[in-house]
Amino acid sequence: MCGIVGLLLKTPALNERLGMLVTPMLVSMAERGPDSAGLAVFADRDRGEKYSLFAEDAHFDWDALERALDEALVPTPRIEPQGRYARLYLDVDPDTLRRWMAEHFPQLHVLSAGHFMDIYKDAGHPAAIAERYDFPALTGSHAVGHTRMATESAITPAHAHPFTAGEDFCLVHNGSLSNPYKIRRKLERKGIRFETDNDTEAACRFLEWRLREGDGLESALSQGFSVLDGFYTLLMATRDELALVRDSFACKPAVVAETDDYVAIGSEYRALAHLPGVKEASLFEPRPEEIYTWRR
Amino acid sequence: METMTDTDKAVRFDLDETSVRDLNQFLHHELAESGARHIEVLNPNGRHNIAVGMDAPVSVDIRGHAGYFIGGMNKQAGITVHGNVGWSVGENIMSGSIRVKGNASECAGASGHGGLVVIEGDASSRCGISMKGCDIVVGGSVGHMSAFMAQLGTLVVCGDADPGLGDSLYEAVIYVRGTIRGLGADAQAEPMGEEDYARVAALLDKAGFDHDPKAFRRVASARTLYHWNADHHQEY
Repeated sequence: MCGIVGLLLKTPALNERLGMLVTPMLVSMAERGPDSAGLAVFADRDRGEKYSLFAEDAHFDWDALERALDEALVPTPRIEPQGRYARLYLDVDPDTLRRWMAEHFPQLHVLSAGHFMDIYKDAGHPAAIAERYDFPALTGSHAVGHTRMATESAITPAHAHPFTAGEDFCLVHNGSLSNPYKIRRKLERKGIRFETDNDTEAACRFLEWRLREGDGLESALSQGFSVLDGFYTLLMATRDELALVRDSFACKPAVVAETDDYVAIGSEYRALAHLPGVKEASLFEPRPEEIYTWRR
Repeated sequence: METMTDTDKAVRFDLDETSVRDLNQFLHHELAESGARHIEVLNPNGRHNIAVGMDAPVSVDIRGHAGYFIGGMNKQAGITVHGNVGWSVGENIMSGSIRVKGNASECAGASGHGGLVVIEGDASSRCGISMKGCDIVVGGSVGHMSAFMAQLGTLVVCGDADPGLGDSLYEAVIYVRGTIRGLGADAQAEPMGEEDYARVAALLDKAGFDHDPKAFRRVASARTLYHWNADHHQEY
């Protein structure tokens, strides 16, 4: 199993309530994925280059990171720590930061990079994770979340979804791929590096590679249909777009509710039942191998 | 049972106040003694397994959108959902009827043995998968691979059917009024006979749809997958 949720707000006045609206969506999918959860949140404006960091050590000294960055890379970096998670504002390109981090702070994981996106993910019950990182307080224009029931690789924060590659791009997946290693070998030959042995990471890095090569999201996904073998409902987000696809058998569920105020996506209607106006919303189930996109 | 109000042999459950488990416990163990003939379920909000395993000639009205397996294994009861349902509504239905006023997600009426499932809106993929004798009438259209491996019974589709209709059919028969976007392996369109018109008319009447049976086409098994065919030289 696994649960996926997504919410894109069309009415900017609701942006302050994004976390309030999306948190119950995520928590309601806990039965589909009780072992870990994650949420990607997109700001409604450019916040400069920023990173989501996650420390393996629960008592990691974020001040030490700040001092080291200040000396080595950029004066006065801004770090907002929240337990094992921190948001880092730093005007340094992602490749440089990742290299520097791997060398000096290998116990830190760079969960995301971009001007708009923050990613939170951790192991544990989705309700506990939502509370740990205060998801209801988050603001922004759109978010995608995932509750995981691991079937093919370890339960760790790094194996939780959303997965990301490049900048301001993330993906959540309900299902299982049967050819992730084939895709991985193909991408590794092109110099693309993987961080986990999770099957979803292969789909994420394949699609991000296509985007970087100049494809639009729709063209990348069309190629995904022939390259990705297995079962999947995939929900992706960029700085201004959500995209949703299901495999050719539509083996994994998804339901979409659209009103004048928002587009909401969930594995089950239960995830949407609390949303304002959902009873009058236009509700539909996405068809197999059809690409659905929504722009903010 | 403080959340229940007894009014004229009707019993009402509000699922914002009572769990689905408590509702189903009542339906399985306390219904006969209560003398209730009508059960109303409020605020389903996509919850699963509502009114599964019914075995009494009573009516159940579910007011709102419901989740997976609604009315599964139903015997005798008449269940109406005033909204949409998730996967596998009426799975393994044995008798009685289930009516969905809105749309149904995948696998509606899956493996049903008897009784009637009516979807007034659209039904999604694999509607009637492996049905074994029940009847399913869909007011709108059905998704891909509907009636996959269906063994016995009737699927009537008043709208269109997506690709893969009737793949690997056994002896169930499908009638479609709209466009068939593709037949599955071993399914074939066949001419309608008087018996077919009567069968469609009777089911439309039972389901409450006012269409001309003459507008339906019949799809049934070509029966080429029933036996091993040595001519294929094992090249399947």
